[in-house]
Amino acid sequence: MSDLEEFQAQTKEWLAQNCPPAMRKPLRSEADACWGGKDFEFTCPDQKLWLERMGAKGWTAPQWPREYGGGGLSHEEAKILKQEMAAINARSPLLSFGIWMLGPALLKYGSEEQKLHYLPPIVRGEVRWCQGYSEPNAGSDLASLQTRCEDKGEYFEVTGQKVWTSYADKSDWIFCLVRTDRDAPKHNGISFILFDMHSEGVSTKPITLISGKSPFCETFFDSVKVPKENLVGTLNKGWDIAKYLLTHERAMIGDAGGGLFGNRSIGQLAVDSLGTDAQGRLNDSALRADLAGAEIDGWAFLLTMERMKDEAKAGPKTAQGMGARSSMLKYYGTELNKRRYELMMASKGMGALEWEGEASQDGELPRAWLRTKANSIEGGTSEVQLNIISKRILGLPGA
Amino acid sequence: MALVLNEEEEMLRDSAKGFLKDKAPVSALRALRDNGDALGYSRELWAQMADMGWAGILVPEEYGGIDFGMVGAGLICEEMGRNLTASPFLSTAIMAVTALRTGSDEQKQKYLPAIAAGKSVIALAIDESVKHDPAQTAMTASAHGNGYRLNGEKAYIIDGFDADALIVAARTSGEIGDESGVSLFIVPRETSGLSQSRTVLLDSRNYAAAKFEDVDVAGDALIGTLDGGWAVLQDVLHVGRAGLAAELLGASQQSFEMTVDYLKERKQFGAIVGSFQGLQHRAAHLYSELELVKSASLSALQAFATMPAMAGAASALAKAKAGEVAILTANEAVQMHGGIGMTDEFDIGLYMKRVRAAQELLGDYAFHADILARLRGF
Repeated sequence: MSDLEEFQAQTKEWLAQNCPPAMRKPLRSEADACWGGKDFEFTCPDQKLWLERMGAKGWTAPQWPREYGGGGLSHEEAKILKQEMAAINARSPLLSFGIWMLGPALLKYGSEEQKLHYLPPIVRGEVRWCQGYSEPNAGSDLASLQTRCEDKGEYFEVTGQKVWTSYADKSDWIFCLVRTDRDAPKHNGISFILFDMHSEGVSTKPITLISGKSPFCETFFDSVKVPKENLVGTLNKGWDIAKYLLTHERAMIGDAGGGLFGNRSIGQLAVDSLGTDAQGRLNDSALRADLAGAEIDGWAFLLTMERMKDEAKAGPKTAQGMGARSSMLKYYGTELNKRRYELMMASKGMGALEWEGEASQDGELPRAWLRTKANSIEGGTSEVQLNIISKRILGLPGA
Repeated sequence: MALVLNEEEEMLRDSAKGFLKDKAPVSALRALRDNGDALGYSRELWAQMADMGWAGILVPEEYGGIDFGMVGAGLICEEMGRNLTASPFLSTAIMAVTALRTGSDEQKQKYLPAIAAGKSVIALAIDESVKHDPAQTAMTASAHGNGYRLNGEKAYIIDGFDADALIVAARTSGEIGDESGVSLFIVPRETSGLSQSRTVLLDSRNYAAAKFEDVDVAGDALIGTLDGGWAVLQDVLHVGRAGLAAELLGASQQSFEMTVDYLKERKQFGAIVGSFQGLQHRAAHLYSELELVKSASLSALQAFATMPAMAGAASALAKAKAGEVAILTANEAVQMHGGIGMTDEFDIGLYMKRVRAAQELLGDYAFHADILARLRGF
């Protein structure tokens, strides 16, 4: 037996013994998921147990080094873990901006002390992080952000406002882009700092979206004191980290586009609703063709994510090259996800419109459908991604 | 299996790239067309490809081939797509060889070494109407003496004109529309009662129509089992579709790159037109679509060796996506070139014609979308 086969056998066995029954169902929505953090209310004891077991093995962050609490797995081993989890329908034990975004930034730019201090609690799901990027006047043009951070000698003082901060009201800490040099060109005066959301002067206000839900907040900082050791990387060089992180965010949002597939095709969901003809074909040939098109693109998109990971593994690509390719994944994945939800809405007809009531679990589908409309806005709009592809990959000139 | 090429495959691709660019560029196709070449490809070029091992790329070593596998064959198709190279590679080296590999030892001995040596071109006669649908096979073969008697007509046979032999799908039992009851026969060109004519399509390649009037063949002309040809036919179609998908990818990439280059040169309103966001976003979208085609194509080519049970679905996916994106690319390429893209002198139009044909061959987008929808339970 090769090492990988042995790893696979052991993983299968461990999962069989340790993944609680309630955690072997696909997630229905973000609300169903475990986000961890000091104030997180687990939906059931199995959810807590699953997080603890996976966190202890470091498998919530399978490829992070062991010394920072991660699983220390190779690319191939991580792939096997993912496959074996999928095989028993095991859901992700932890959704976490700490794992998706802050972790990669700290691993690349953080000091050894910062890595040892911040990463292990992220792996265990003990600290929930949010991301302080967008501001009221800095959306697609993120680098024009104005939140001020002044050096007060003993500490930094942060004053300003962020917007679209995901789950700011539920998070313990924030990683935040702030302006530390107001006279420098806009990309050169930004720094990347970390602070406690319970600090004096921090307040949050949830924003109610068209879905009726509030995953985002406005976040206000009024003379918040931040210890100086909470600066990550070099002062005024935060934009490099931001760019690096955005590539992770884009890959992640793109991933969600392909990743929340579950085992049933959207075509089968349509069959549940509309039935089939004598040959077993969906009773709506035009819708069937559209569904098949989305399936084809969904499948090809998943393969593309695989290929890009495999290529990154096989040969070192320039950071810029990978960054630009993540724009492609972000663009395509989010547009695809919007398409899939449009088709799910069409498949359920009037039934898809129920907003309150048990049959629809209080409008789970239409609310999720509305949520997808933000996919192609958050993390850089589709148009921004197309600009990046044009310039960085195709080499087309600026206007 | 990682979706990347290994070292051997990369070497093969590089050598194909160099060879085809040198020996079989777009100008070679243009010359075949302008001279009204009866064959639609160059026998001399095919002999050179055979010398490089390409004709025997799927032929087992004991029969004179190199048995490199479908990834290598697909890479050659991709480079042929880039150069619009005309050759019997798809029909003979990919499809006929796949059929004959399932044949008897005698059949293998008789045909495979000749194919690998570049001395024999063998085409698949499957379609009978304007849309690919092999279950609709109406041509019949019935027991006659010690062999079979074939009657019917075949159309749009890829590289069929002047081929040394045709592999024919004929109905030996069942009804039109049935998958069972189809059998495969190999029929040499000179057989009495077989007549054929060249069909000239917009892509200037070799296609033929064939008429079978009481064509008698011996018992050893049957490939595989009587009434059981469907499974072999599926294998043949799967490799053919994966090969076409790779060719479509190559053609799309080439026309896309030509278009992006043009966007960087052409000036209007005092600016490089590639600086206009209206064009940039369309180019960036095309880039994204092509990335999906690359993944689907490579995954299909790998599947024949690594996941044979998935090869049918993977080649359907690749053919559907590659055909769709090739048409989009061709349309966008002409539009973004503007007036020059409409001229015969400029190559873009030749790409548009070839991909139009290649996306239709062996099943178009809707055909494969239907296969995949059924697989996915709707």
